[in-house]
Amino acid sequence: MATASADHHDHDHAPGFFARWFMSTNHKDIGVLYLWYAGIMGLIGGAVSLVMRMELQYPGLQVIQNLPIDAASGHVWNVLITAHGVIMVFFFVMPALIGGFGNYLLPMMIGAPDMAFPRLNNISFWLLVPSIVLLILSAIVDTGVGTGWTVYPPLSVKDPNHSGIAMDLAIFSLHLAGASSILGAVNFITTIFNMRAPGMTMHRMPLFAWAMLVTAFLLLLAVPVLGGGITMLLTDRNFGTTFFDPAGGGDPVLFQHLFWFFGHPEVYIMILPSFGLISHIISTHSKKPIFGYLGMAYAMVAIGVVGFVVWAHHMFTVGLGVNVEWYFLLATMVIAVPTGIKIFSWIATMWGGSISFTVPMLYAIALLILFTIGGVTGVALANATFDFAVHDTYYVVAHFHYTLSMGAVFGIIGAFYHWIGKMSGRQYPSVISHIQFWTFFIGVNLIFFPQHFLGMQGMPRRYPDYNDAYAGWHFISSLGSYVTFASAILFVFIVFYTIMFGRRVGANYWGEGATTLEWTVSSPPPFHTFEELPVIEKDPNHH
Amino acid sequence: MARRGRVIKIERERLKLMRKCLTTFASLMAALATAPAALAQEAAGAPKPWGFTYQEPASKVFQEIQNFHDFYLLPVMVGISIFVIALIGYTMFRFRASANPTPSKVTHNQALEVVWTAIPVLILVVLSVPSTRLLFKQQVTPADTNFTLKVTGYQWAWNYAYPGIKGKDGEDIAFDAYLIGRDDPSELTHPEWRLLETDNFVVVPTETNIRIQVAARDVIHSFAVPALGLKKDAVPGRLNETWTRIEKPGIYFGQCSEICGVDHGYMPIAIKAVPQEQFNAWVAASEVDAPANDVVAQIQGLDVVDTKIDTAALNIDTLAATQPVAR
Repeated sequence: MATASADHHDHDHAPGFFARWFMSTNHKDIGVLYLWYAGIMGLIGGAVSLVMRMELQYPGLQVIQNLPIDAASGHVWNVLITAHGVIMVFFFVMPALIGGFGNYLLPMMIGAPDMAFPRLNNISFWLLVPSIVLLILSAIVDTGVGTGWTVYPPLSVKDPNHSGIAMDLAIFSLHLAGASSILGAVNFITTIFNMRAPGMTMHRMPLFAWAMLVTAFLLLLAVPVLGGGITMLLTDRNFGTTFFDPAGGGDPVLFQHLFWFFGHPEVYIMILPSFGLISHIISTHSKKPIFGYLGMAYAMVAIGVVGFVVWAHHMFTVGLGVNVEWYFLLATMVIAVPTGIKIFSWIATMWGGSISFTVPMLYAIALLILFTIGGVTGVALANATFDFAVHDTYYVVAHFHYTLSMGAVFGIIGAFYHWIGKMSGRQYPSVISHIQFWTFFIGVNLIFFPQHFLGMQGMPRRYPDYNDAYAGWHFISSLGSYVTFASAILFVFIVFYTIMFGRRVGANYWGEGATTLEWTVSSPPPFHTFEELPVIEKDPNHH
Repeated sequence: MARRGRVIKIERERLKLMRKCLTTFASLMAALATAPAALAQEAAGAPKPWGFTYQEPASKVFQEIQNFHDFYLLPVMVGISIFVIALIGYTMFRFRASANPTPSKVTHNQALEVVWTAIPVLILVVLSVPSTRLLFKQQVTPADTNFTLKVTGYQWAWNYAYPGIKGKDGEDIAFDAYLIGRDDPSELTHPEWRLLETDNFVVVPTETNIRIQVAARDVIHSFAVPALGLKKDAVPGRLNETWTRIEKPGIYFGQCSEICGVDHGYMPIAIKAVPQEQFNAWVAASEVDAPANDVVAQIQGLDVVDTKIDTAALNIDTLAATQPVAR
């Protein structure tokens, strides 16, 4: 398999700076662009949440009325929570996992010279730039968008604070981000189906490729529905249609169905790539092939399929009718089965292995534990009868941050530590990175675990102020956010230190556990990864 | 008849005993959560400092939901989490590189894979049975419900109407309820009711099935009362329905639970449940847009609910009602 080796650099015609980074058709360069983009957005989204936690640290209003925004403090608060949600979902997690690691790793892992449509790939990235420009404009013209990331009408159509152009700009921003995602999905599907190296059958593909395949299908089927929904919102706002206005025969609940038909697959879009990445991390650092490969791959397919028929559990309280609620209760619980298979298969991968506790491995193990906690509260919430008690409270906030903030984001950071040596040719500093892991781990748990208690006590979401009885847990939660943010700053330092001063590493610095194709090429990989296509002769997942 | 009564009584005693064992853990947690509250004078349905479990239930259905959570969901959640964490911890220790330098190459074990697929399925099936039963009980208004409260959310307050219940002026009772004490805390009856107390309380009778119809005038709101386990969205163009039955007199607070604009955080719900005769007195003295707050003030003694609800007994009643009695 060692068809491409480190001495290929004489054929390595990397173009000049402008052509390389602004007109790129190289999957690795586009992946790197995505990662920088996502990193900056993650910091902005994180900073917004820091301001939110500062406000919530004590009862009463201390922070938001002092921000230089010309609006009522309640609206400023709503703009903050909306910005946090939209930025983290569309401009941090998705670009990092799909655009970043997906672009960088997937072609190498399946032995493809590049993505199927390199120019389309470039457009996918550059669409995100006008998209974020529109989003920032939407936050600073008029009084900003304060509807939450769900942009439910009539709030997003008729509310006096959303009568201006800000809401329209936000809708256009989502249109562009959606177009970017759809183009990316088309590219990934085509690449995976058509550009696998000789001998790389579907059932020999690395699990990350399976994760990306399922994710791409989810994007392809779900995002257009969001696009349709927000376009209807746009025409309701500007052209007198009444899709969501009961006065004209419409129904606000229709939008919720459209939104969550996209929104629920969206949460799997965010977590499945992370699942794929940590499969490789766990296998590598346990020096053992993945356990139950087929079960792992088809569990992701099952999650993707079932993920499309459970959306209305986000809408248990809108008055669906008891029979519909009952169906969504049962369907939602089914998701726990394939997810359980994955968790147990990861543990079985570690079992019998020779485990080194590197920083990426710690992130992967932490993800297993924290995702399990987020998963069991998810099973509880699936029970509509319990959901009625805690719907739209901090219990739900805690639940989805355990799955996303500690699922998707731990996957991103873990993957960074795992592959940064491959990407930059330089390894992260070990001791300080361990400190970064532990502070991050403790910080996020301090933030989100007490929020279960707040939710059980009835603390509603999206509130800038709260009854004094909630103060204790909110205070702890805010302390946690300071620890987490400090750790994030440390992470930024580690990133720059690594790419500038890190120890240089060879092609396969993880040793025998790292078996996928990217470890057969130099670190960093040559501009054109494979001069000659690798041939896969034996099944890496069977013995 | 007497024999049958005795059997029921024995059956109840037995169930009581069983429940007693089961409730030990839950009541311990509840006692921990409510210990500081017992000292202060507090309403039944309000959050408690450092509270980490539910607000005390005020309806039988919510009591059952709590039991479902405490005896089904919580053990499953805690059990699975501890199992997974312990398994990972053991694996990390046992198979650390220094202790196990040569990794095994095992990648399949069909029996194991079947087991970890089948057991979660079984757990979910077991959960779904009581979950389904409770869902229908909670969401289907009982046929003998004759009392209706219509709640209309708007930016940013609630309007309450009592169709068919006529006050002093011969009109159906209806009024708005706004948050008080936002700028001037001295308006509050109790300082700890900040952001929860409204100018008019929604007075309802205890031990009466109450049909709650929820609507909205402008954007979506959500009518929520944690101590009743109650939450129903107020959607423009729709009339949603839910129901409750409040067992004991007291004050039950809630807050709007669907983002609705600038003052989403400032449109609370404050229900005052009183015995039927006092409710009648309130009705007789109330007019449109002028609920008889002074009559409510006279029964203020009810604010302080010191009697702890006998949760076990409540549950026995419902169990006895739904389960066939052995003869």
